[in-house]
Amino acid sequence: MNWFRRPKYTTLTPLSQKREKLPQGGIWIKCEECNELIYKKEWLKLLKVCPKCGFHFQISPEERIKIIFDKGSWKESFSEIKPVDSLGFKDIKGYRERLTEYQKKVGSLDAITCGKGKIRGITVASCLLDFSFMGGSMGSVMGEKIALTAEMAQAERIPLLIFSASGGARMQEGIVSLLQMAKTVSAINLLKKEGGFYLSVLCNPTTGGVAASFAFLGDIVIAEPKALIGFAGPRVIEQTIKEKLPPGFQRAEFLSEHGMVDMVVKRKELKEKIFYLVRFFTVSQ
Amino acid sequence: MQEILSFEGHLLEIEKEIERADNPDSLKALKRRLSLEKKNFSENLSPYQKVLLARHPKRPHLSDYIEGLFSNFIELSGDRLFADDQAIIGGCGIIGKKKVMVIGQEKGRSTQEKIKRNFGMAHPEGYRKARRLMELSARFGIPVLTFIDTSGAYPGIGAEERGQSLAIAESICASFNLAVPIISTIIGEGGSGGALAIGVCDRLLMLEYSIYSVASPEACAAILWRDQSKTEEASCNLHLTASDLSRLGIADQIIKEPIGGAHWDYDKITRELKSVLLSNLKELIGMDKGKLLEKRREKFRKIGVFEEGIKVW
Ligand SMILES: [Zn+2]
Repeated sequence: MNWFRRPKYTTLTPLSQKREKLPQGGIWIKCEECNELIYKKEWLKLLKVCPKCGFHFQISPEERIKIIFDKGSWKESFSEIKPVDSLGFKDIKGYRERLTEYQKKVGSLDAITCGKGKIRGITVASCLLDFSFMGGSMGSVMGEKIALTAEMAQAERIPLLIFSASGGARMQEGIVSLLQMAKTVSAINLLKKEGGFYLSVLCNPTTGGVAASFAFLGDIVIAEPKALIGFAGPRVIEQTIKEKLPPGFQRAEFLSEHGMVDMVVKRKELKEKIFYLVRFFTVSQ
Repeated sequence: MQEILSFEGHLLEIEKEIERADNPDSLKALKRRLSLEKKNFSENLSPYQKVLLARHPKRPHLSDYIEGLFSNFIELSGDRLFADDQAIIGGCGIIGKKKVMVIGQEKGRSTQEKIKRNFGMAHPEGYRKARRLMELSARFGIPVLTFIDTSGAYPGIGAEERGQSLAIAESICASFNLAVPIISTIIGEGGSGGALAIGVCDRLLMLEYSIYSVASPEACAAILWRDQSKTEEASCNLHLTASDLSRLGIADQIIKEPIGGAHWDYDKITRELKSVLLSNLKELIGMDKGKLLEKRREKFRKIGVFEEGIKVW
């Protein structure tokens, strides 16, 4: 494999130095699910969960790392892999320009952060998708980093933990983005065949090419409460069947009822649940 | 959709004139004109026109190919869980002298047939049937031929309830474990995950005017431009034609279509397809099983364009 080809170094500020800023402005925010006004301090204390309706707001990879991994244990990997506009894709804006904008705004190179961290002392390899970067869309960078992280987990015989949040494939990369589905599935397949344990957490939203590839192939699949999870987006389904969708359709609880996920776990209980499962399946008694 | 595409109308006009021609000289001249016009037509197609050809109402579908390609074809049905999804045809047959498993989408032609086939848009049970047949085939060392012709997996309530995402992911995953040759041919439209679900292969063949895309140009225009009228532009940007895919190194071989498109000569395209399938099968059959799987894995492992630095672990 030619991982060493074309070495290039990025000049972007490391993740840890960015995005530290807390939400500014008023002390109240409006819940995007129930529309109620919620006290921001309380919301932050609840790890960005609405105290009124339990809706889990999207959080960044850095915020999730803080919630899930032992303090100071996270080490990022493959951070220098960078997207390119190979097709010269241009819609309203050029893809290259769009990438630069998101990189500045979000403070990372693409919609995924990978690395290793400890969960109550157990080392796991992990990927965290970032919906705020172009809707968490999967292009070549995400495909490569998922494959590399799965290979790292396999080589080091550690569990793999992926947090998904994505609208699907990144259209600006054309067919190559679609084929990342096969690439990631193949890497997960190999890991599992070699006895590796893969835990997948579906966050809001997980749809399209990410749902239809690595996200649903977890040995265990956990969903965050009320997360939108499915293949087609609800708008596309409504347009196709020309009907309004029933309330709760494609939400985590709906998937749980239909046997598509093992459990729905609240954010504040997530670390303990993951710890228990990872230990159960990978640490001998 | 119209039976005749606006940009091929003039070809049909000449055909009509040929039928009406009463003296050999004018017939000869008309025939020469037709072949010249067809050539001209083929050489000047825009990506969007190729999209329209890939979906041409008269374009041969899998059902049309089956009889010409295989002898003793027997259809095999059902996913053993929920239903038989007629958007995907499965069955066993013989091509040349070789046994093969055949799996592919069928869009249907008459209104009734289209409804029965759900326009070639499979539900989870379709992909589960595909997986069942692939695994059955592999147990007996029989190569798998898939034929892709779908606008995508069906977006509906039942499909979501029964796990469309999972069904696609599992079909992709199963394909990486099949220790028999897999050849996929895109015969018309290769639309997103619904196509890829039966598109993990050792050889990807594309008919000259078939397309393979991450999203339909219509969906792409609606999402990225928020303007349906940008469909033609999206078709260019997506790089979805067979020649694009060949240039990108994704398609392994392009199968030449009759001038003007496959719908002008079913027999010719079937013969061409058969000979290409046979030559590819010949190369793959007898390959070491472990090596076959390893090469298939590598084929997909290396797909991706990005800039990279040093490996850090
Ligand atoms: Zn709320």
